[in-house]
Amino acid sequence: MASVTLSSVSKSYGHHTVIQDVDLHIENGEFVVFVGPSGCGKSTLLRIIAGLVPASSGQVLIDGEEVTDVPASKRGVAFVFQSYALYPHMSVARNIGFALETMGLGKPAIADKIGAIARMLKVDHLLDRRPKQLSGGQRQRVAIGRALVREPEIFLFDEPLSNLDSDLRMEMRIEIARLHEDIKTTMVYVTHDQAEAMTLADRIVVLNHGRIEQVGTPLDLYHHPVNRFVAGFIGSPRMNFSDIRSDGTGRTLYGPGGLTLTAERVAGADVPTSIGVRPEALTVVADGEGRLTGILERVEDLGHEHFAYVRLDPETLWVVRVAGRPPYDQKNHRVGLAFADADIFLFEKDGRNIAAARTEIGR
Amino acid sequence: MSVRLAAREHRTAWLFLAPLIIVMLMVAVWPLGRTFLFSFTDAYLDDPSFYELIGFDNFVEVFNDANWWVAVKNTLVFAVISVFIETLLGLGIALLLNEAIPGRGMLRAAILVPWAIPVVVATKIWEWMLNDQFGVFNHMLMSLGIIEHGIAWTASSSLIMGVVIFIDVWMTTPFMVLLILAGLQTIPGEMMEAAEVDGIPAWKRFWSITLPLLRPAIGVAVLFRALDAMRMFDLAYVLAASNQNVITVSIYARDRLISFQELGVGSAASTWVFLLVALVAIILIGALRLDRSAGE
Repeated sequence: MASVTLSSVSKSYGHHTVIQDVDLHIENGEFVVFVGPSGCGKSTLLRIIAGLVPASSGQVLIDGEEVTDVPASKRGVAFVFQSYALYPHMSVARNIGFALETMGLGKPAIADKIGAIARMLKVDHLLDRRPKQLSGGQRQRVAIGRALVREPEIFLFDEPLSNLDSDLRMEMRIEIARLHEDIKTTMVYVTHDQAEAMTLADRIVVLNHGRIEQVGTPLDLYHHPVNRFVAGFIGSPRMNFSDIRSDGTGRTLYGPGGLTLTAERVAGADVPTSIGVRPEALTVVADGEGRLTGILERVEDLGHEHFAYVRLDPETLWVVRVAGRPPYDQKNHRVGLAFADADIFLFEKDGRNIAAARTEIGR
Repeated sequence: MSVRLAAREHRTAWLFLAPLIIVMLMVAVWPLGRTFLFSFTDAYLDDPSFYELIGFDNFVEVFNDANWWVAVKNTLVFAVISVFIETLLGLGIALLLNEAIPGRGMLRAAILVPWAIPVVVATKIWEWMLNDQFGVFNHMLMSLGIIEHGIAWTASSSLIMGVVIFIDVWMTTPFMVLLILAGLQTIPGEMMEAAEVDGIPAWKRFWSITLPLLRPAIGVAVLFRALDAMRMFDLAYVLAASNQNVITVSIYARDRLISFQELGVGSAASTWVFLLVALVAIILIGALRLDRSAGE
């Protein structure tokens, strides 16, 4: 087990900067998930920790020791790939035990280890098969087994479940969580799947354009996003946003759908320019009630819950997430939207969350 | 699919294949058949219309000719040594070109140049460079003080096979590089990264991952080159005509057929060449297990 420290790590290819000045400390035994839109650099950052991609500048420390110039093969980390990257010409058993062949262990010792790992991952009946003969889920188990067998200090996962269908993904997610509880090894996990990030992570790192936007526990990010990007990225469906105008005194704010807010002046001269409300914080009420009005354009019924799409103005479509079946009998009619003050997020011009304002807003 | 639709697709398929089949019949099956037929006759090239069937006499004559066995020995020595060297060199250069080295694109294009030069031209160039009096090769060796007098590379009976192999290696290694490089590029990068992170030493990554996965590509390249080498004609003929030290089975057949005008015996020799090449092909396909792909 080991901790990982990144200290002002940057990576650029020519003039193209992929990682910009990242500082991050991952505790021993922690499960950290990197999320962000595609191209945000999350996989590159993972590869920098592994040593597969050299950092352009900055330092990588494992357990307090600098490893920036140590090759991947000497870092004691294990990497699980989205493509599984199994050796196609070797049996499952040899795939799992391959790394042990040059570690000076005897054949019986290797066979014992392979057997133990295979039983733990429930692939012990497949040991003689070739990767080609396995299902996606089985292949990923073998890939995890191959990583486990070396008893690495750190586990790195690069979107390991993205190639699996959703049922299997959920099953494997639970198994990875159980694995972490059992072996308590430091794990760093890259995903674009929110459910994986929220359920697996001790802490989530949100990346955007090669920079860290926010680091925090899943609930921290959900309830206290530092900016509009994080607020929009965490949560599904994503948070509803709309631009708001101030009346000049900064006390009254106007927005689409008849939105009117009276805000107390908050610390400094922060003037919110946009508002955000999560879909699950909204309720659809009769026209004239609630705080906003709009046209109910579309309803998506998922059985256990439904999404209502309400158009506030030509540019603004808000989604409401409600449990149960939709009670609305018709579309394209005017409805009201209600929400509580505590559920309002206000953002500054540069996207920063004006958290302090939340409690000081009145109708 | 309905039966009628299936039948129509079947007809269309034959229609598309027909031109190819006709061309194949004209340029491959017909000459081969004629050669096979003549090998059982006593025909002469000056007037092939007069002949009598004489059974296997021509085959026996070739088989009992000591010169034929000299040609077979030369051909096998040339094929084994040149293909062996070309495979090793090809693998080495392909591995080098597969790495992200600066100027890789240029190198990849440059490596193909020897292969693009016609054999006759390349052979003539090398013959001149290896000339005992005016050749640049001897000049270089002499100015380095390695030898005192120019060596007659292409006239010496003990050196000429080496020269033929050398020129062939120079000309056809690019072909090996190309095929092996194509095989290398089908190996997923993430697989090699996985091995790297797992602490597998470089030699074992090469020996246990790269080489087994390259086996089909190397096998196909060796097969192509070996069959080419077995029927090699132009290089040795341009360099040394019918010199006993480098005469190949193809040159032997050509001599019987053209120089001696023996259409019957020449055809029988050609048929022996065909059988020899076929035998080598069967042995290679079996030995390299090319009928089975890697990962099976």
